[in-house]
Amino acid sequence: MSIVTVQLGQCGNQIGFEVFDALFSDSHCPQGLCSKRENEAYRASCKERFFSEEENGVPIARAVLVDMEPKVINQTLSKAAHSGRWKYGQHSCFCQKQGSGNNWAYGYSVHGPRHEESIMNLIQKEVEKCDSLNGFFIIMSMAGGTGSGLGAFVTQNLQDQYSNSLKMNQIIWPYGTGEVIVQNYNSILTLSHLYRSSDALLVHENDAVHKICAKLMNIKQISFRDINQVLAHQLGSVFQPTYSGEGSFHYRRNPLGDLMENLVPHPEFKMLGVRNIPQMSENSLAYSTFTWAGLLKHLRQMLISNAKMEEGIDWQVRPPLSGLPTRGKMSLNKESHFNTSIANLVILRGKDVHSAELGAFKDPALYTSWLEPVHAFSVWKTQRAFSKYEKSAALVSNSQFLVKPLDTIVGKAWNMFASKAYIHQYTKFGIEEEDFLDSFTLLEQVIASYCNLGF
Amino acid sequence: MTQSVVIQVGQCGNQIGCCFWDLALREHAAVNQKAIYDEAISSFFRNVDTRVVGDGGSISKGKICSLKARAVLIDMEEGVVNEILQGPLRDVFDSKQLITDISGSGNNWAVGHKVFGSLYQEQILEKLRKSAEHCDCLQCFFIIHSMGGGTGSGLGTFLLKVLEDEFPEVYRFVASIYPSGEDDVITSPYNSMLAMKELNEHADCVLPIDNQSLFDIISKIDLMVNSGKLGTAIKPKSLVTSSAGAFKKRQEKPFDAMNNIVANLLLNLTSSARFEGSLNMDLNEISMNLVPFPQLHYLVSSLTPLYTLADVNIPSRRLDQMFSDAFSKDHQLIRADPKHSLYLACALMVRGNVQISDLRRNIERLKPALRFVSWNQEGWKTSLCSVPPVGHSHSLLALANNTCVKPTFIELRERFTRLYRKRAHLHHYLQIEGMEESCFTEALSSLSALIQEYNQLDATKSMPAEELPRLSVAV
Repeated sequence: MSIVTVQLGQCGNQIGFEVFDALFSDSHCPQGLCSKRENEAYRASCKERFFSEEENGVPIARAVLVDMEPKVINQTLSKAAHSGRWKYGQHSCFCQKQGSGNNWAYGYSVHGPRHEESIMNLIQKEVEKCDSLNGFFIIMSMAGGTGSGLGAFVTQNLQDQYSNSLKMNQIIWPYGTGEVIVQNYNSILTLSHLYRSSDALLVHENDAVHKICAKLMNIKQISFRDINQVLAHQLGSVFQPTYSGEGSFHYRRNPLGDLMENLVPHPEFKMLGVRNIPQMSENSLAYSTFTWAGLLKHLRQMLISNAKMEEGIDWQVRPPLSGLPTRGKMSLNKESHFNTSIANLVILRGKDVHSAELGAFKDPALYTSWLEPVHAFSVWKTQRAFSKYEKSAALVSNSQFLVKPLDTIVGKAWNMFASKAYIHQYTKFGIEEEDFLDSFTLLEQVIASYCNLGF
Repeated sequence: MTQSVVIQVGQCGNQIGCCFWDLALREHAAVNQKAIYDEAISSFFRNVDTRVVGDGGSISKGKICSLKARAVLIDMEEGVVNEILQGPLRDVFDSKQLITDISGSGNNWAVGHKVFGSLYQEQILEKLRKSAEHCDCLQCFFIIHSMGGGTGSGLGTFLLKVLEDEFPEVYRFVASIYPSGEDDVITSPYNSMLAMKELNEHADCVLPIDNQSLFDIISKIDLMVNSGKLGTAIKPKSLVTSSAGAFKKRQEKPFDAMNNIVANLLLNLTSSARFEGSLNMDLNEISMNLVPFPQLHYLVSSLTPLYTLADVNIPSRRLDQMFSDAFSKDHQLIRADPKHSLYLACALMVRGNVQISDLRRNIERLKPALRFVSWNQEGWKTSLCSVPPVGHSHSLLALANNTCVKPTFIELRERFTRLYRKRAHLHHYLQIEGMEESCFTEALSSLSALIQEYNQLDATKSMPAEELPRLSVAV
């Protein structure tokens, strides 16, 4: 089954390119650590999922590129064509002349309705190229105007028009110290709207990825390209083909469905985070070896201590002892805190993957009380190695990972809202103070729900 | 890609405008080696086949034939415009996009605004409509003028109302040269005060600049270049050189060096909209991010580095110095000290080989020394454009919405009051039809209200940030 990606705004398009590039490179990587037949099946599965065929053999990404000004799309198209290995469809772009000005209201209320038909037509054309549609990726940032506002509008449309297909939004969480001054407003408006129309929000934090580039990849002068490539690696490690079950030799046909079935049991809890291990520069890779036991131990501690990467993990954080009275509501002020999960999915790829032991992830202490660990935890194991890593593990988690960042953004937006600063820029385009209040209410609800998982 | 139209009004406006177009051509020539008319160049220039008579000559793609600036030149005396039309840039200007008169405004805002305003209103509208028609997607008008004289000040601000009525969707950015303390035009406080009211009410964004600051910056550059500290082996390139390589002789034309700084300001402001980068910033984002309340739309600007050595591999220490300088009071284009006042918002527009980590490192480093208003503690807007300015490997333009602009306004009010108390020279204004004393008192109260807004914000500077109670929800 195929996934259609909608790339929105500068961020969405820049990242989208790196994602397709990473997927392509990995699927054509000769060092799969498996049989040739296996490798070919992997490549075919990846191709069916993310690329369609062209007459002269160059695969075309199953993507629709949308931006309200032309510079980034032009760059993205030429970068892809330049590589000669894959490209974007010639007519898969929608572009306008003037951007959204970092204004969520402009993206949502002006650009959205104005270009609804053209954009949905493009998506429809891309969907028709698929033999069967698994669902949609929507890649967007929260901080700007197009990705955030138009992204929210498009997601709503997708829900109306393709109500049987799944939608996962890849959301880029901006740096804490501003890329955009009104980023907190744009973020809360985006999140509240997506919560109503998306099936799952997979969040990527710029600050976290930046640290990975600095500490793990050892990059001195980090560019957005570096950040986007790490992000693409994380996504690839989740969405490249995986076997459909223990002992199966067929690749999973419904990755989005399976993922959401495992991770999003309740519509109140849609915020997913992803962690990846190991992560290092290519130079270091040649000299490193890992054991599954070591990797999984680190990954588990990353989960329960909410570490963003495998360095600097707080090993003091421990799950509460079972049998003791309830641990209570999560305090947002405490530094180290035990991260309670609703559900987790671990994806293992590489050598001896079947020997990996995951009992520690099934510990009921990790999970909130209303799901049995047998339902709360799943693992997907695949022999074929990912992107030259002999062994790699990814964790997709529906847990309290994002409570603190969400709380911070809501706090800052609320603070600014109280002074009414910048509100005139939004009311100019039809987003009123009530819309802001609705968003605040919804998100406070989400924060409270996640905080109470400990009960 | 969008287009912008530059409207240069008065002697000062046109002289600066001339420097701007010269620099813009050089910048695009340096980037666009194949002389193809691309979208970047179309933001400020039309491509015209000059053999075609009349209006049909516009070419939208392909090789550059003849570039015409998207400009309207307005002056009520002919001297400056004539000089431009006889100078090296004569072919860049469309001879139909001029409005001139002979007599001048006599340093009288009322003559510029009321007399010439009504006289030339139709013509102005016609030229503006023409230039808008030539644009695929017109985003912004840039108005360049001085506040102290008659034409730039009076007619320049008359234009704002016309633009607001005729093109309400198009942004109005104004680069205003404020008179310095030692201004020799006696009535400049009147002119500036009357112009301020118009800027308050009809401009989207104002970049105040004053001559004294520009002069101080030039002096600093001269000092560095001539001090011999840079050594003989290194060729200095600075903000004031319009020709890459050749250092203009200082006495060639008065104000040339200073005008180049303003020209650089406008080019850097629009660079991220014209050229590619990893984090673009369009012109409509400037207003969105830097204007939290409609009346507070005055942005203090600073450009760094002022000069750069020919050495292209800049170690990061020098790069960091560029960021530090942007916040020093010596680099601001008006007399202001942003570090010791309150920030409402700050934008950093970087050009050249600078990456996000450099930007973040410097923001973290400089943040503790700066005071931001309580509701915008992380009020930073950033952009990264890959194309550096001509002759530099990187540059930074900082735009600050900061209460440090207040002293300029207070001083203006004081100088105005000194004159107005005595009713000195007032008759020159009141004898113009449409002018009454109420014009002056209204302008004064408009400025006072603005100053009061800044006072109120400053008062919050020393107060601790309030922890506002959040919405509580039942779970």
